[in-house]
Amino acid sequence: MTGRGAGLGYHRRSMTDGHGTDLPLIHARGLTKRFGSFTAVDAIDFDVQKGEAFGFLGPNGAGKTSTMRMIGGVSPVTEGLLRVLGMDQKTDGPRIRARLGVIPQTDTLDNELSVRENLLIYGRYFGLRWSESGKRADELLDFVQLTERKDDIVDHLSGGMKRRLTIARGLINEPDLMLLDEPTTGLDPQARHLVWDRLYRLKQRGTTLALTTHYMDEAEQLCDRLVVMDKAKIVAEGSPRQLIAQYATREVTELRFPPGIQETLDGQLDGVADRIEWLPDRVLLYADDGEAVSVAVHDRGVRPETVLVRRSTLEDVFLRLTGRTLIE
Amino acid sequence: MIAINPAGTLRVFEHRLLEYKRVWRGTLFNSFLTPVLFLASMGIGLGGYVDASGSNVLGGVRYIEFLGPGLLAATAMQAGTFEATFPILAGFIWDRMFHAMYATPISPRDMAIGCIAWIAFRLTLITTVFTVVLVAFGAVRSPLIVLAIPVSILTGLSFSTFVAAFSATQRQMTKFNYIFRFLIQPLFLFSGTFFPIEQLPAFLQPVAWLTPIYHGVALARGLALGTAFENPAIFVVHAVVLVAFVVVGMWLVVRLFERRLVV
Repeated sequence: MTGRGAGLGYHRRSMTDGHGTDLPLIHARGLTKRFGSFTAVDAIDFDVQKGEAFGFLGPNGAGKTSTMRMIGGVSPVTEGLLRVLGMDQKTDGPRIRARLGVIPQTDTLDNELSVRENLLIYGRYFGLRWSESGKRADELLDFVQLTERKDDIVDHLSGGMKRRLTIARGLINEPDLMLLDEPTTGLDPQARHLVWDRLYRLKQRGTTLALTTHYMDEAEQLCDRLVVMDKAKIVAEGSPRQLIAQYATREVTELRFPPGIQETLDGQLDGVADRIEWLPDRVLLYADDGEAVSVAVHDRGVRPETVLVRRSTLEDVFLRLTGRTLIE
Repeated sequence: MIAINPAGTLRVFEHRLLEYKRVWRGTLFNSFLTPVLFLASMGIGLGGYVDASGSNVLGGVRYIEFLGPGLLAATAMQAGTFEATFPILAGFIWDRMFHAMYATPISPRDMAIGCIAWIAFRLTLITTVFTVVLVAFGAVRSPLIVLAIPVSILTGLSFSTFVAAFSATQRQMTKFNYIFRFLIQPLFLFSGTFFPIEQLPAFLQPVAWLTPIYHGVALARGLALGTAFENPAIFVVHAVVLVAFVVVGMWLVVRLFERRLVV
């Protein structure tokens, strides 16, 4: 038994016992989901290993949630192979769900019950005794910093608190795998950081996380490895650093012009950087040395309103792969 | 046909019970107030007129004795219908509890059966209180009234199951109004609760026979008056119709919960 964190009675199997270390917790080949004639997930392959934080990055409608729901054992696989925790998703749904912790995209808390009661009753769904469920509920409330609100009715909590309670609820069965669907969408920046902090701690304890997001900063902070999804397919796979190295340059120089000017630049920026992306509101110049690019732009007599040199992000990777931005 | 997983069903029931802990006082008071008001106004007030007319249309039965047990079954129908509308839809679209449950080993079947079991429990409370009030008003002739409680629960469930199945297909609450206004309200008024269905136009009488509420009212009344076993064949027909409605309704509600959640 390792990684038994204070305030979280969270039993973790070490890497050598339990299942073999080679067996991925999620194994998908040709995984497909169709609704009638609409293909939501189109023959994707991926593996999620024990102990890693694995991300599905992509815009809304890319097929992330459908993939997540199939992994979660609540949505039938149309075609292909999907093994979760060594079990076949098609036949072992309830047994798989018994060992998952699920954080759905929209909160599904019982607003009429208290914070603690929400955890208690959820523990019962996993077959825990009331006393055991209560013990875990208290530990988890401590973990998500909601102990002081434990007797409040859920309806009275802020959005960020509800998210944290949902995370605590997802941990009540001491899951082998956490599924998080857009864990911080709709939260204000401070609440997002609180949620990220808790997820980061889970990750440090070795909990396997699979999460979807359309925020590149979330993916960069939390994911060891990720796939970029677009239009039901996986278009790239790797660690955030690998993907940036492969599909973007080290730095980006962003130019913003007063309205109407950008359209008149015809050819003036040609060759100033390795690659140029023209967005409606700005121009992105990709090169390893962003400062040198901004000097070169100035030398050509181009006068943008603002110049920003920054490091490349997954947003740039996505733009390169699909020609579109993540949040439109 | 309807395999029940007792553990899963019990969890769903427990959840409802936990929610009920906060509101039980109010609902119990309501369950008490409804029969008191109805029996006072229609049983004693209106019944006084009917009985004083001396026409003996009810064959020596006082109006309150005619009305009371019918009202018991009809109240179960109304409560059973209501409990199967908003509280069920909420689990799909508002607090989305069914989606939360489905992320656990609980199956849609457990949810459907657990919810119906919960409604059966609520109906047990409502009809028991109602029966106590009936006895207190002296509207009961036979100790067989005790059996009118399960009969009323079945009557309620014959609506709950179908209405819950309908709720499982809805994405908003607008159609519930139609159910109350165009189904439950007419059935409440015209299914033999307030007057014998023989008063209806001849073409409407067979329609009444096809509804579970007519059979529930007739059976509850027979039990309260102590006449139910005088004609066992009719007693059995009433009971079989009620059970058949509940069984088919159960099958349907399980199927539609599955269809809603497994996508």
